[in-house]
Amino acid sequence: MDLYEYQGRDLFERHGLPVLAGGVATTPEEARAIAERLGGRVVVKAQVKVGGRGKAGGVKLAEGAEETVARATDILGMDIKGHTVHKVMITVTADVAEEYYFSYLLDRANRTFLCIASVAGGMDIEQVAADTPDKVVKAPIDAVKGVDEAKAREIVTAAGFPAEVADQVVQVAVGLWQAFVAEDATLVEVNPLAKNGDGRLLLLDAKISLDENAAFRHPDHEALVDQAAVDPLEQAAKAKDLNYVKLDGEVGIIGNGAGLVMSTLDVVAYAGERHGNVKPANFLDIGGGASAAVMANGLEIVLSDPAVKSVFVNVFGGITACDEVANGIIQALALLEQRGEQVTKPLVVRLDGNNAEAGRAILDGANNPLVQRVDTMDGAAERAAELAAAGV
Amino acid sequence: MAIWLTKDSKVIVQGMTGSEGSKHTRRMLAAGTNVVGGVNPRKAGQTVDFDGTELPVFASVADAMAETGADVTVIFVPPQFTKAAVVEAIDAAIGLAVVITEGVPVHDTASFWAYNVAKGEQTRIIGPNCPGIASPGASNAGIIPADITGSGRIGLVSKSGTLTYQMMYELRDIGFSTCVGIGGDPIIGTTHIDALAAFEADPETDAIVMIGEIGGDAEERAAEFIKANVTKPVVGYIAGFTAPPGKTMGHAGAIISGSAGTAEAKQAALEAVGVKVGKTPTETANLMRELMSGN
Repeated sequence: MDLYEYQGRDLFERHGLPVLAGGVATTPEEARAIAERLGGRVVVKAQVKVGGRGKAGGVKLAEGAEETVARATDILGMDIKGHTVHKVMITVTADVAEEYYFSYLLDRANRTFLCIASVAGGMDIEQVAADTPDKVVKAPIDAVKGVDEAKAREIVTAAGFPAEVADQVVQVAVGLWQAFVAEDATLVEVNPLAKNGDGRLLLLDAKISLDENAAFRHPDHEALVDQAAVDPLEQAAKAKDLNYVKLDGEVGIIGNGAGLVMSTLDVVAYAGERHGNVKPANFLDIGGGASAAVMANGLEIVLSDPAVKSVFVNVFGGITACDEVANGIIQALALLEQRGEQVTKPLVVRLDGNNAEAGRAILDGANNPLVQRVDTMDGAAERAAELAAAGV
Repeated sequence: MAIWLTKDSKVIVQGMTGSEGSKHTRRMLAAGTNVVGGVNPRKAGQTVDFDGTELPVFASVADAMAETGADVTVIFVPPQFTKAAVVEAIDAAIGLAVVITEGVPVHDTASFWAYNVAKGEQTRIIGPNCPGIASPGASNAGIIPADITGSGRIGLVSKSGTLTYQMMYELRDIGFSTCVGIGGDPIIGTTHIDALAAFEADPETDAIVMIGEIGGDAEERAAEFIKANVTKPVVGYIAGFTAPPGKTMGHAGAIISGSAGTAEAKQAALEAVGVKVGKTPTETANLMRELMSGN
């Protein structure tokens, strides 16, 4: 889960790291209250999870409460690269003398964590690394030993931080590592890490990603999810414990196992090239031991997507028994009809593996005109794409 | 002979008394796996009956190894306890630890991996978030269904569970030496490269199927490895061409970050070193079938 800048600022503050005083507002009136509390000159920043907001006019200075209200009014509701601004962060201003870069992140290739540090901050670090690789230090971090003062000093020296800020950077490096571990983050990026006119270090931006697998030890992380930004179908799926991602096509997809479902999306997209260019409408993995009830929940979500014109249920029964899946499909359709929902979209079902014969027999026996059985993955994808193209 | 798991492997199960652990212990036994016991400190000294096979429960991995000579552990404990279970297996220096559990925090995985490295990597770790390893007809450690295919001369390494099963099913006419599901998490113990190296060295493997998916650059690095070290033919399959950037597709590791980790890049890297990459699982299986019949 990626955090907004203001959530990152709050998180840094909670962990005792030096940030600018500030707050977040969803209305101009809230912005006024924050400006009055902070006093003097402030900066009003659009909160969006996309780069380039400064150029888009989403970052403005304001002098006093009235001007803050005016700037917040301008920025709230603004569209930045397809993201509507619902919140602004308001902080006091900094008097930046120098800008550095500091981050910790997951290093998948080396199965550990990595620290990236540079005295050339305030710009795209990948660009800095490409243009002036000697200005960027990449230090692997041992996940057991972590970052203590000695390790931090090693990084600070290697990156060539000026002597007058070295001790402060060491403190930030240690504190940032502690926050990274304590919050189960996979990324904490500070760009810029700024030296203020008075010589103090400040973390002026925050880009943070948290590991959703660690949610069980962070009950407070749930509150960081921006429910308004979550697709309503994704929200409904999550409430039912389903692994669903909304896409923008016409063929609804249900399968078991993340890899097989990803593969199903691809195969449907290829088939779609021959049938009106239809595309997969969603990713939905009903998991390894999928039961009838889970299938019913999955079908309900997929069929409730108005963009869906046909549905492809692609199951390879490993542990999952195909007869259960078949029963689940038939029961789910009956259940939806009981609820008064008119199911009119055709379903193409491919069952293979554990109890596939029994599953296919159940589908045939049910004799539901909406359900078509095709016994190969490629063939079923082709049929589902064809039906979606006909229904568009 | 196969790789890493043979008919001589003695397997214990951490979490054997739990619901998933007991279900799959029963399935592993039915598949002919030599399961010799389980670990649960609160139930040490008891035995558990699996359709007539009485398996002892030990207090620790070390105890189980001392009593039974076990050399493989399969871990089914919940995510909260997975790190401790793996650390225990590492401390006992067991040869192979297969971590089935899905949803392990990546800090925990990074931590037990670093611990394993510090201990000299005496334990091969497969997973987490994987279906395990199966050498058809010999042994099965994990949750891979045993009846999909028989033994043969193809080696299979895959990030995904059900795609592994799909590929085993597609190529059941030829059969497999060993199938390894390495898992879909961002940090995993055994990589594509480890499996490729082992299959290259295995006299019972003639050709290799490698299945990858979006996220990270493991497939790109595997391609470099193939170029330098693998003489046996390899065919590949990559899932996730239609996945949008920035969205996690089921597996915690399956995410395109910016322009990194795309299926296109992985396919290109593999094809650049002469690996044929199928567009669909079925096409990939056909590439392998053609290759095997040409031998």
